[in-house]
Amino acid sequence: MKLTVNGTEHEVDADPNMPLLWLLRDLLNIKGPKFGCGVGACGACTVLIDGYPVRSCSYFAGDVDAPITTIEGLAGKDALHPVQDAWIRHGVPQCGYCQAGQILAAVALLQDTPNPTDDDIDAAMTNLCRCGTYPMIRAAIKDVANSDGGGL
Amino acid sequence: MSTLGKITRRTFLGLGAAAAGGLAVGYYFYQTPHANPLEDNASAGDAIFNPYVFVSAAGAITIITPRAEMGQGVQTTLAALVAEELEVTLDQIAVDHGPASSAYYNEAVMVDGGPFASFDQSLLANTARETMAVASKFIGIQVTGGSSATIDAFDKMRRAGAAARMVLIQAAAQTWNIPAENVSAQHGHLINKTTGERLPYGDVAELAAKLPPPEDVILKKPEDWKLLGKPQKRVEIVEKVTGAPIFGIDVELPEMRHATVRMSPHFGVGARTHDATAALEVPGVEKVIPLQTQYGSGFAVIATNTWAAFQGAEALDVVWQDATYPTNNDAMTPLFDRALEEDASFTLGSTGEPDEVWRNTPPNRQLEVTYEVPYVAHATMEPMNATAQWRENELHIWSPNQAPTIIQGVCAGHFDMKTDQIKVHTTYMGGGFGRRMEADFSLFAAIIGQHTNGRPVKVTWTREEDTRHDMYRPRAKARYRGTLSDDGHLTALDVAVAVPPLIKNTLARTFPGLPVAGPDKLLLEGAYDQPLTVPDRRYAAHVVDLPIPIGFWRSVGNSYNGFFHESFLDEAAHKAGKDPLHFRLDLMNDNEHAPAKRVLLKVAEMADWGAPMPEGKGKGLAHTLSFGTWVAQVVQVDTSQQQVRIEKVWCAADPGLVLDPANFKAQLISGAIFGLSQALGQEITFTDGAVDQGNLYDFDAMRMHQSPTFEVALLETSPRMGGAGEPGTPPAPAALANAIFAATGKRLRTMPLSKHIDFT
Repeated sequence: MKLTVNGTEHEVDADPNMPLLWLLRDLLNIKGPKFGCGVGACGACTVLIDGYPVRSCSYFAGDVDAPITTIEGLAGKDALHPVQDAWIRHGVPQCGYCQAGQILAAVALLQDTPNPTDDDIDAAMTNLCRCGTYPMIRAAIKDVANSDGGGL
Repeated sequence: MSTLGKITRRTFLGLGAAAAGGLAVGYYFYQTPHANPLEDNASAGDAIFNPYVFVSAAGAITIITPRAEMGQGVQTTLAALVAEELEVTLDQIAVDHGPASSAYYNEAVMVDGGPFASFDQSLLANTARETMAVASKFIGIQVTGGSSATIDAFDKMRRAGAAARMVLIQAAAQTWNIPAENVSAQHGHLINKTTGERLPYGDVAELAAKLPPPEDVILKKPEDWKLLGKPQKRVEIVEKVTGAPIFGIDVELPEMRHATVRMSPHFGVGARTHDATAALEVPGVEKVIPLQTQYGSGFAVIATNTWAAFQGAEALDVVWQDATYPTNNDAMTPLFDRALEEDASFTLGSTGEPDEVWRNTPPNRQLEVTYEVPYVAHATMEPMNATAQWRENELHIWSPNQAPTIIQGVCAGHFDMKTDQIKVHTTYMGGGFGRRMEADFSLFAAIIGQHTNGRPVKVTWTREEDTRHDMYRPRAKARYRGTLSDDGHLTALDVAVAVPPLIKNTLARTFPGLPVAGPDKLLLEGAYDQPLTVPDRRYAAHVVDLPIPIGFWRSVGNSYNGFFHESFLDEAAHKAGKDPLHFRLDLMNDNEHAPAKRVLLKVAEMADWGAPMPEGKGKGLAHTLSFGTWVAQVVQVDTSQQQVRIEKVWCAADPGLVLDPANFKAQLISGAIFGLSQALGQEITFTDGAVDQGNLYDFDAMRMHQSPTFEVALLETSPRMGGAGEPGTPPAPAALANAIFAATGKRLRTMPLSKHIDFT
């Protein structure tokens, strides 16, 4: 099958029923999406497919029909993505394991809703963080929303 | 044997940790430093100053931070300790965890291993601390836990930085042929004060590292600190926002195989029969092998990718032997009830005659209640995993772990090898919380690595295996009895806690054959060691023998005793008709209790404690001293809707000294959320001997929509330095239960609180 990940096209020989997560991690060595639960409950494996956040552990590789963006493909050539910058400014990551998924979920939220309310953030940011960085994540998202030009 | 050696051995036994034969080697050995492990691993041209600092031939400075980074920010703070004295900034250095070595033994984690409150400055308590400090060096365990890393490193690592700086200055002075007083060190450069000439450290590093280390190391005064006491950007933050492959689960080696395990769901027994035919038919599965260890028995499935291994493990047809312990929750309950009826296994911190006071107090001023907590899992974000490869006579293990020398010891025992043949590469970890102190996942990888023809193998557990094969925070049940004077003071306190034995259970798998003696203070910490001026009191442990694996879960015994103790003080205050803040303050009358009073008053001011609340809202207060840090919290809940919402947490903490305020606050918030997560539904239960829960849909933690807002204040008045990672956890569940009582009049005494009330 053919997959476009972070702008690069890959020809992969894999079972179409293989979860996208394991195809990315084990076959393409793209390690940004993390394994947390395998049932779509934690969001550590979040990637963007055509801009929408998808839990790649519970998504058949064969069902992918649009370009994939993982955390590795988020930054520009010379600068990090504004959400990544905000994550650094607010010192969000602790263990950091869930943060690739959190950042991609936040990117999707801000693209859809440039000035999210607390309720919008609650509804969109459903990824688990065992370090409890939620207050910092919320602050970082609001910071991006309030920055010049609003949102992304 | 020297006198100190004898004292060490005897006292160590008496203090109840473990008796290690190595303790008898005497004072001479104690005076001899551990070998510098960097010497063995050096590249050509590396200038090695001490176990913490080396400079490459190209001039790159590396600081070894030998404590595991599991989110608590320890690598950044430890690097700052060295960098401060070395006169470099954190962006000028590389940070590395370094090799497994006894040279990186953790003294602070053992110093308070004795049964004394951290504020106890009696001769006995201080002698015990000194003795434990000596013992820690003999045992030489490199471990990250007990919120001890910065306390342990505070002098050691500043000295390492200062010693390196001093020889660098001396080497520059020799190079320029001027007195050392005329050379200063600034921002990674040596400066000739007379001419203004500058040399980067790398230019004289080789010469400097050959000079004898200074005998008198002079440390900077705190008022001259440039890094310490100020918030630092985490050294690994860019990696963590860009998805860099830094975790154990990301290890990728040439020709690597992937594997997973399926272990017996019944602890202590293995398979009766098994059939691997279906597993081996899964495309990509190569082998199914049996595993038999002190951590459990079962099977490993080796495959070409993780998903194939997972499918293979699921397809494995196994009939397990029956469990040999009470097989479900209800059958375990009588063990706890019975233990409370029987004589105490031991008591700690007891004084006076609480029974007599109880008998002489009229029933209307007596209060007797019981509390319960269940087993809980660690549920780290990154499931257990490790990668192993056998190379000739060496075993290499890439492991996200908190205790590399324990991995060496356990593997050396299993394979009958020397510890220096086992190379442990510690990776970053997706959470630890105590779970990664254990060596099981590393040992499993090492065994599986014997079946891959010299190829490396990465062994990743499913979330289900991770949940069902944890070393759980133990279940516990407590009976609290208290009496009140006619003017509403607590006059006696009688605490009985039924709980399985933590140290005994842990040592049996980690150091098999090692005898255990003395009281296990972990069972009562968070109760007997709290600041409380009550003349008649008893803290009794009633040990419950149950072979369910238990271990260290963020804040350990404090995690349940904090809930019991602080819930009871709240209940006693309400029975006395007193405000819970003033009731507590009245019970803290020793000089040593002053930091507790300060954090309580501070948090009360922050939370506007005592101000009238709207109908349905309530605030609850709790305070726990743990790991040397005094933490008071107020939780506010809104119960006016159908579901309880945890709105806000105010927190005041006093660790004596704060090395990085931003990180310390983040740890307190993290700890509180970890504690509150228990209340929201965390419970490990058993049916037919196996854990019922398997994944996040039945063992979850707090999510964004449930997370309260936080306000945190830090005080620095405590005379001893305290830890950061765990002290935020113990008071949170009690403050929450007390808030729910304030809002609803409903007293919840059994965790998880979600069994009795719905949360958002």
